[in-house]
This record gives sequence, C-alpha cells and structure tokens, in this order.
Amino acid sequence: MNRRDFLLRKLGLSLVTIFVVVIINFVLFRVLPGDPVRSVIGRNVRISAETQQALRAQFGLDKPIFPDQFFNTLGQWARGNLGVSWSLRRPVSEVLMSKLWNTVLLIGLGQMLSIIFGVILGLLAGWKRKTAIDVGALTFSLIAWAIPTFWLGIILLAAGSTWLGLPTGGIVSPANTGKPLYTVLPDLARHLILPTFTLTILYLGEYMLIMRSSILEVLSEDYILTAKAKGMSHWQVLWKHALKNAMLPIVTLIALNLGFTVSGAIYIETVFSYDGLGKLFETALTKQDYPLLQGAFLLLAVSVIIANMAADVLYAALDPRVKEA
Amino acid sequence: MNGNWTLFKRNLSEFWKSFRRNKLGLLGGFLVLTAVLVAAFAPVLTPYSPKDIVRDENGRGLTFTPPSIHGPLGTDDAGHDVWSQLVFGARISLMVGFMAGFIAMFVGSLFGIMAGYFGGGIDNLLMRITDILLVIPDLPLMLILVATLRQMDLNISPLSVLIVVIGLLYWTSTARLIRSQVLTIKERQFVARARAIGAGHGHIIRKHILPQIMPLIVANTVLILSTAILVESGLAFLGLGDPTQPSWGTMLNFAFDRSAVTNGAWWFFLPPGLAIVWVTLGCVLLGNVLEEMLNPRLTAHHLEGDQNMVMIPAPEAK
Repeated sequence: MNRRDFLLRKLGLSLVTIFVVVIINFVLFRVLPGDPVRSVIGRNVRISAETQQALRAQFGLDKPIFPDQFFNTLGQWARGNLGVSWSLRRPVSEVLMSKLWNTVLLIGLGQMLSIIFGVILGLLAGWKRKTAIDVGALTFSLIAWAIPTFWLGIILLAAGSTWLGLPTGGIVSPANTGKPLYTVLPDLARHLILPTFTLTILYLGEYMLIMRSSILEVLSEDYILTAKAKGMSHWQVLWKHALKNAMLPIVTLIALNLGFTVSGAIYIETVFSYDGLGKLFETALTKQDYPLLQGAFLLLAVSVIIANMAADVLYAALDPRVKEA
Repeated sequence: MNGNWTLFKRNLSEFWKSFRRNKLGLLGGFLVLTAVLVAAFAPVLTPYSPKDIVRDENGRGLTFTPPSIHGPLGTDDAGHDVWSQLVFGARISLMVGFMAGFIAMFVGSLFGIMAGYFGGGIDNLLMRITDILLVIPDLPLMLILVATLRQMDLNISPLSVLIVVIGLLYWTSTARLIRSQVLTIKERQFVARARAIGAGHGHIIRKHILPQIMPLIVANTVLILSTAILVESGLAFLGLGDPTQPSWGTMLNFAFDRSAVTNGAWWFFLPPGLAIVWVTLGCVLLGNVLEEMLNPRLTAHHLEGDQNMVMIPAPEAK
C-alpha cells in the first residue's frame, strides 16, 4: 500500500465515521418522547394552536423525517447552526465556542506535561529494564489505570485545598470573573495546578508504557549495536539513535488518546468546576438540555475524528516505511 | 466421559500448580475474591441496612459523623452508615460490571468467531465497526446514549440501561482478539482433517475452535470486567446511576454533590474509590496472569484430550 492509498483509506474512514456520528446524533434527538416545538417554547402553554403549527412549519417539523428533516438538519449543522440551548437560551454554537479554549488550555497543558514526563520515564524504564525504576514505573502505570479519574481528582482537590491552600474550583477567583484571562495569569495558574496535575498523572502511565516497549524494541536493533561498537556512550546512543525512532508510536498515541483525553476532561472539569466543554457537557446532562448535549457531542466527536486523521497524515509523513512497499 | 473428567481434573491441578507460583496472580485473585465475598455476605457484615439512619440517644440523626464516633466508617450527610453503604454498594457495582462484561464477552466472542471463521463480509463489517468505535470518544457517546434511553419510555431500570450501553460498547477488543486466534486455529491440520471427513461448520466451531479459545475468552472477560466496573463508576458519578440502588460510583456522586470534600468528610469519599481500585486492580492482575498462562500464542496448550501438548505458532511474526 503506497502513501496515497493509505491516506485515501484513512480519509474515507474518517468521513464514514463522521457520517455515523451525525446519524447517531440525529436519530437520538428524534426518538426522544415529546414534541420538539413543545420543548422549545418550554412551559409557556398559552401559545395558540395556530402559532404552534406555524412554529412547526418554520422548523420543518410538518415534513417527513426522512429525507426532508434529515437533510435540512444536516445543512443546518454544516453551517454551524446547532440550535438553541434550552437551559441557557443562547445559540449552542456560541456557548460551545465560549468554552472551547478553556478546555484546549487544560488538555494541552496536561498532554504536554504527561508526554514530556512519560517519554523520559519510559526511556529510563526501558533502558534500565528490570531494575527498581522499571518496576516502579510499571506499578505506577498499573495503579494509575485502575484509579477512577474523578476520584483521583477528588482526592487531589481535598489534599490540595486543605494542605496547600489551592482554590477548590473555577478557572479564576470570583473577583476576577469576566476579565480577559491574560490579565489575571497568576490567578489562572493557581486554578490550573490541581486539574492539570490530575490530568498529567492520568495520561502519564500510558505514554510511559508505550515509550518503554518502543525503546525496548529499538534497543534490540542492529544499528544500536553498531553505534555502541563505534564507541558511543549509552547516553549518546539513546539521544542520537534510539529516541527519534522510539518516539514514532507516541505520535499516533497522542491522537488515538484524544477520545480518552475528552473523557478525562469531562470528569476533571466536573470535579474542579472548571468552566470548559467537559463541565458544560455534565451540566447539559443534569439539566437534560438536549440541543446543548447533541451539539457538544457533535463538536467533541468530530474534533477527535479529525485529530485522528491528522495523526495518520503525520505518521505517513514521519514513517518512511509507509512510503515504501 | 470419566476419562475426560480425570483429564480435566489433572489439567486443573496443573493449572493451579503454576498459578500458585505467580504472586501477582494470587494477589489479583485475592482482591477479586474478597470483593465477591463481601457482596455475597453483605447483610451479615453490617447491622444496618443502607437506608437506615443512624441516631444518637436523643433520636437525632448523626450526619457527617467521623469513624471515631460511629465506626467503622462514620456516616454520610443524611446519617446513613457508610460501611453498610459500601458493603451493599459492592453488590450493585459488581453486578453491573459482571453483566456488562458478560454481554461484551458474549457479543465479542460471537462476532470474533464468526469473523475469523467465515471471513469475507462479516469480517469486513467487524473491522469497520471496530475502526469506527475506536475513534468516536466513548464517554460522550455513552452519556448521550444513556441520557436518551432513560428519557424514552422504555420501562427499563436505570441499571439495565447502564449494563446494556457498557456491554454493547466494549466488545470490539474481544472480537478482534478472538478473530485473530480463530484465524490461526482454522488453518491447522486437525480442522482440515475434520472438514475432510465431513464435519459441518457448527461441529468444527463447537468441538475444535471453541475449546481452543475458551481460556482466552475467560482471561479476556476478567480484563473487560475491570473496564466495565470503572466505566460504571464514572457514569454513576456523573449522575446516571440508580439513586435507590447506590453503587460505589453513586456513593461518590452523593459525596461530591453534598460537599463531603469541603466538609473534610474523608470517610465518605475515600472508601468507595478505594473499593473500586481494589476490584479493578484485582481484575487487571488476575486477567493479565490468566492471559499469560492461558493464551495459546504464548504457551503450549493442554486442554484438548488427544491433541494435548499442541504448540500453536504466533499468527504473524512481530
């Protein structure tokens, strides 16, 4: 399979997956009991039957579900119109965009730290295989896997706020609410410490494991022996020859992990009342705000799918083996 | 029949002999077994029912009482005994985990065997479904599925909704594993011989394929169990459990929502999480050791009567 076929295949799969997500989103919204118009006007029952009928016509609800309503909805979504949130009474896309960057900030920081530490620790664990470092690293990743994300967050929240005096939630202190974030950086940083730390511990284990097995594989290659025979020190071999090749699986893992990352964000933003997409998702869930829920799901799912495709493109560009054969 | 039985007993004792030497496996088995026993004997282990309110001598409910005053684990915000909540919560958490794990195992094995054995269209379908499910973020998908299913008037309990959704989302890794195993087994001599003397597909799957992959299915089920219990706790924490039948995740949901953290009521939010870690860690340790011991790709296989000591080669060189 050459590189073009590989990429075309991945592109096709991504399109099919987006289509599946869109269908799930559409179908789930339609099988809910009750009349969508009813839910839009809420508890205002005094709206006359004619007005309700006019509303139905306006939303296209008097037309058959397939194909008219389906393609109409599809067109709306493609134009970024995701409906109006029931609980916040604002357009869903506007609400989502206002929270997006907070989540990107949190996830980005957590991913960056866990990749740095995961790569270093995995490298050490693989290099010093079967020593205390290795056993410690493996035990850590096993326990990190078995701990529920939200519970780890709760413990760190309790410990950090009691012993270190860190804030218990939010993204900035109440006094700084509404100010642009770059003007209150120290306060923002204090609020970011605990959730970022939780995320880092959560992701660290997997990066470490992948890096460890990847470095073990690379270290058994002949060119490593050659490098050693040339008289290079262990550190030189690791840095010049092993690291670059062993990093390759990390690239795909970052993207493959994005779904997992999103789950982590939902739990951690809930625990730390962090004002991002995850917290929004949880709020929409408790308030049964379906347009918001569907919009958030569409945004999260499509971003994860696109990120996966980006990783495949990157992988094809980085790995010469994809080009050959 | 008698011969098979003694063979089975011999295999079992051989299995136990090598399992006994594996300290991690024993630890995992111990963790899982204690949790199951606690769930089974819940009413014996506590004088309270989880719904009882603990009162002092004046009849007032004891709320947020630390373990030093009301043992062994104090009370929650409403005066319920935390220890009895924990012990009865084991029943709910384990039941949801076991049933969801069982569904995933069943669907995954069925799909995996069909895809591996028959190949073609069904194999293609399986691979595409797995590809798609792998990319869609699972927690948001589960959340909207559970939220919608609960809103529809389907007349099924919240716990059943959780079981079905978890079970139907986590079968794909099992299916892929089983598929690759079946692919190698069906190419083996004894399957070709059975087919040559006229054995049907059903017979070959039941008599030749299933016995070979059964140990793998068992090990994989234990691993899926840990995922199912973790996922259930997460969904319950986000408020999708059944408040009338609290699992460990539901307990943590209550503890968090009713500000046990800001009240410093550690006896309310630490034990349920520890219990979850206890079980999931146990399942992972046990599952990994079982897989290592039973995976025919890694060791010789002793479970088939006349074909014992068959080495099955790895399907592809890594």
